[in-house]
Amino acid sequence: MTALLDVADVSKQFTVGGTEGPWTRFKRRFSGGPENLPKVHAVDDVSFVIDKGETVGLVGESGCGKSTLVRALTRLIDVSDGKIKLGSRELSRKTARVFARDPDRARIQMVFQDAGDSINPRFTSFDAIADPLRRLRKLRGRKLRERVETVASQCGLPLELLPRFPHQLSGGQRARVGIARAIAVGPDLLVLDEPTAALDVSVQVVILQLLQRLKHEFGMSYLFVSHDLSVVRLLCDRVLVMYLGKIVESGPAAEVFAHPLHPYTQALVAAVPRMHENSRQRLRLTGEPMSPIDPDPNVCRFYGRCPRSADACKASMPALRPFGSRLVACHFAEEFLPRP
Amino acid sequence: MSADSALSVENLSVEFRTRSGIVRALENVSFSVAKGETIAIVGESGSGKSVTAYAVMGILDPAGRITAGRAMLGGLDLIAAKPRQLAQVRGRQIAMIFQNPRTALNPIRPVGRQIADVLTRHGGISRRAAPAAAVEMLRAVGITDPARRAKAYPFEMSGGMCQRVMIAIALAAKPSLLIADEPTTGLDVTTQAVIMDLIGDLARDLGMATIFITHDLALAGQRSARIVVMHAGHVVEAAPTQELFANARHPYTAELIAATPDSATSLDALAAIPGSLPDLRRTDLPQCRYSERCPRRKDICAQPLPRAAPGAAHMVACWNPLPEQSMRGAKMSAA
Repeated sequence: MTALLDVADVSKQFTVGGTEGPWTRFKRRFSGGPENLPKVHAVDDVSFVIDKGETVGLVGESGCGKSTLVRALTRLIDVSDGKIKLGSRELSRKTARVFARDPDRARIQMVFQDAGDSINPRFTSFDAIADPLRRLRKLRGRKLRERVETVASQCGLPLELLPRFPHQLSGGQRARVGIARAIAVGPDLLVLDEPTAALDVSVQVVILQLLQRLKHEFGMSYLFVSHDLSVVRLLCDRVLVMYLGKIVESGPAAEVFAHPLHPYTQALVAAVPRMHENSRQRLRLTGEPMSPIDPDPNVCRFYGRCPRSADACKASMPALRPFGSRLVACHFAEEFLPRP
Repeated sequence: MSADSALSVENLSVEFRTRSGIVRALENVSFSVAKGETIAIVGESGSGKSVTAYAVMGILDPAGRITAGRAMLGGLDLIAAKPRQLAQVRGRQIAMIFQNPRTALNPIRPVGRQIADVLTRHGGISRRAAPAAAVEMLRAVGITDPARRAKAYPFEMSGGMCQRVMIAIALAAKPSLLIADEPTTGLDVTTQAVIMDLIGDLARDLGMATIFITHDLALAGQRSARIVVMHAGHVVEAAPTQELFANARHPYTAELIAATPDSATSLDALAAIPGSLPDLRRTDLPQCRYSERCPRRKDICAQPLPRAAPGAAHMVACWNPLPEQSMRGAKMSAA
């Protein structure tokens, strides 16, 4: 397998209270203020690889930095630190503004969460799908129309819906427009941010099966962001579990869900509702996650909420350690290994 | 209705007048909840789950009109009740948790005071004692540092905490019936589990009946004793939870179970439900609103739907239901 996307030590911090220029920084320091403003550590030292043709799931609770990471990878925002390599090309040195005009822009495309909100309400389906083709592939006229009609039918969108506006479409049809728009320019990597969260189960099935088919047809790689673990389990080869800006566990999806090694993953898996199970598993997370504003670099981010909390957890931050085909960031991961 | 039911809804029909015609949102909806029982109403968007709850609570949109039916809470018909009677009952005997806690809470009032409002109005607690009692309610729903949190505004709290506040408000006057309309949609699974535990524990402690409205069949299965399945404004099937999963008789229920990703081993094993909900504005709606999507349709389906035997544990509104599981096994071995 060759790596398509290589993410190395990526971090993203946001300054609390907005950005400041040199003059305001000078004033603050001159008047005895702090050296640096407090920062939200949204993504902290994240590394992973997506292979060609692979589907990787990214799971974690809201506020854990999933969306920030995804926006950094798709080069919609700039990273504070780290490298993002697409194939052999290093992308993180180009600012998001410059990258928007780059020929490689077409290689990473994104499907957003709610197609109803992410499609311009004044664009017809045709315009929505044609927009990236006009900008990135410079298609016009008959060629443009042919390409739009091809992808629309590949995504199962009836051609008579192309002149319609988003509000005239059903949720499932809008999801198809969102997918068609993303694959129109022939990307290598498709980043899907909860593409089925707004859909009913009956429609969700159709969209998931469509995504599966498109992947095989065009050999794309997927990064699938979701909080619905039962969907991630079905769609993804590998899964990354994120907690407060850090990846705490990664590995083959089937293994991670069958035998989670990190206590957070265990709680996550235990919380998934199952139809045929009435007895309640009593593994529950109490309290709220710790503040992401300048967290102590020597304390495990999960400390305080973790049922296995010990003194070691606030003495040093656990690093990702390999366990077979998996990586786990917990001092006590050995304890959770299945007994041979 | 039997004496031990907390709420019994009988033949409820609701219409909405819109510019483009009359939407027949509910038709002959019947179900009941026993005292202390937890039931789930499950259906896709547009199936009429929330409209049912709103109609029972008397908070239907002004465009909506209840054309028939009763909703008996003890001896009182909530549908025929006068607004003053309803105001006595709501909050005190029957309470509701809404889907989006952030929009349901008052944004310009500290949460402690919103709980105190309910306590003084419905809980029989004096205005002076209410703030302290509100802090106790916050503690009971598992909010850490409740005295400080009571002074917080909804925007200062996370979604999970806002939902806890909603629960505290709903349970402030210890109602005998709680309607929870998608209480955990939009929350993380870990938070969802904790909130559902909380509702379950409080319901058990207070001996409260719960109607739990959701689109998530897996969640309903895990959290309720009985499930009512709705489709396009009809109740299509109602049965005890395990019975429903083991022995779904209505074709729609069976398709819904097959489409839920929880139990499947691969994506291909999931089956989509063909077709979509019929347009409820149509004047020529078929008797069975599922018949146009149904693979088991027969001529008899044009007849008015069969009436369930009153008190039957497993109710199916279908002329040609799937055979019972035991019969299905017999057929297979014969073949």
